[in-house]
Amino acid sequence: MAKDSRLILDPLGDDNPITIQVLGICSALAITAELKASIVMTISVLFVMGAGNVVISLIRNIIPSKIRIIVQLTVVAALVIIVDQVLKAYSYQLSKELGAFIGLIITNCIIMGRFEAFALANGPWRSFLDGIGNALGYGLILIIVGFFRELLGSGTLLGFPVLGDPIAKTGLYSIGYENNGFMLLAPMALIVVGIIIWVQRIRNPALIEDN
Amino acid sequence: MEHIELFFKSIFIDNMVFATFLGMCSYLAVSKKVSTAVGLGAAVIFVLAITVPLNWLLDQYILQEGALAWLGEEYASYDLSFLSFIMFIATIATMVQLVEIVVEKFSPSLYNSLGIFLPLIAVNCAILGGSLFMQSREIATLGLAFNYGVSSGIGWFLAILAIAAIREKIRYSNVPGPLRGLGITFIITGLMAIGFMSFGGMLTGGDEEVKEENTAQVETAKEDTKEELANNTTINE
Repeated sequence: MAKDSRLILDPLGDDNPITIQVLGICSALAITAELKASIVMTISVLFVMGAGNVVISLIRNIIPSKIRIIVQLTVVAALVIIVDQVLKAYSYQLSKELGAFIGLIITNCIIMGRFEAFALANGPWRSFLDGIGNALGYGLILIIVGFFRELLGSGTLLGFPVLGDPIAKTGLYSIGYENNGFMLLAPMALIVVGIIIWVQRIRNPALIEDN
Repeated sequence: MEHIELFFKSIFIDNMVFATFLGMCSYLAVSKKVSTAVGLGAAVIFVLAITVPLNWLLDQYILQEGALAWLGEEYASYDLSFLSFIMFIATIATMVQLVEIVVEKFSPSLYNSLGIFLPLIAVNCAILGGSLFMQSREIATLGLAFNYGVSSGIGWFLAILAIAAIREKIRYSNVPGPLRGLGITFIITGLMAIGFMSFGGMLTGGDEEVKEENTAQVETAKEDTKEELANNTTINE
């Protein structure tokens, strides 16, 4: 039981898919200008990884190893189509905003990486836990990045103004605070993730790499 | 003219790595040495140049709404675009495998330099991203689709070449411990992306998207106020 809980907890900390395993960076950077998009992306990846890991784990003994990449891609693509259609049906505006990045979950290396590294060698229940754990670790970073970028970039969280009104100059804006529009642009996503990696490695020096 | 504009736009303004973060995983993993970076970059250009036009044909004649009209009247109303993810990725995976076999047969020297990277590429988001952005940007002709594939590949190549060269040099610098390796690479990429943003004003195409975004925001704002007004009136009544 203790081992099972590690499957969930490790990816949240010292075995984080984004900052340590370097998997699934693309979407982590591209859609984190808003907290809402980050949360939706997290839920989508949670579903795809949980279900995908179970499916691959169930059929792992009958996949010929030469064509396993195509089989894996087909499984993921089918799951992603489900996510995409559900989003289009219930939240069309958001699915427009995320655009191609929902489709890019297919090639999100985190999914293929965990299939290869875990689901092909373990039973369905442990694979499911591993999928959930890694998706949560991925989501954690997405939500941290999305939180800071939206807060500093547009002064809102989930679309609600939390720092006051920039036009009427209330709240923080009354003492001369300005939104940093730069946070909403692409380069700052990279720098925010860089800083998260920095902080994490200061707290746990065992993770420091060689130059 | 259209071709030249798209070419430069895809390389510099909409650079795959710096503007849309496509293919970041292999960009970070394979950029420790210049020679391997060149190999992977070349393979990406090669595969993009094949798969983007191919997926353009698929999109145009099978997947789009009304694309099946060439089969006959009764098929004209079909819209298979929900299948595009699975079709695109299947095309990419099979093409990569096919290219690998063909290259191995006809040009062993090219295979030796590209070979190990080809399987990696099937799951590189830059390749699928190329096809998906080709679809969402509604590239008009086959020629333009080919151009888009090649030029975004070149953009990706430039990016990985630059970061690999910087990482080779930075090995001799005294980077703060916790930032070594991954952290500093992220921050350098961020700084490079800021540099690449300055290309934004290079072509007239650069500021079009901004305008569109602004008008979209204004429109949503208008809709919001309308709704508020409607709510108010109902309350008043």
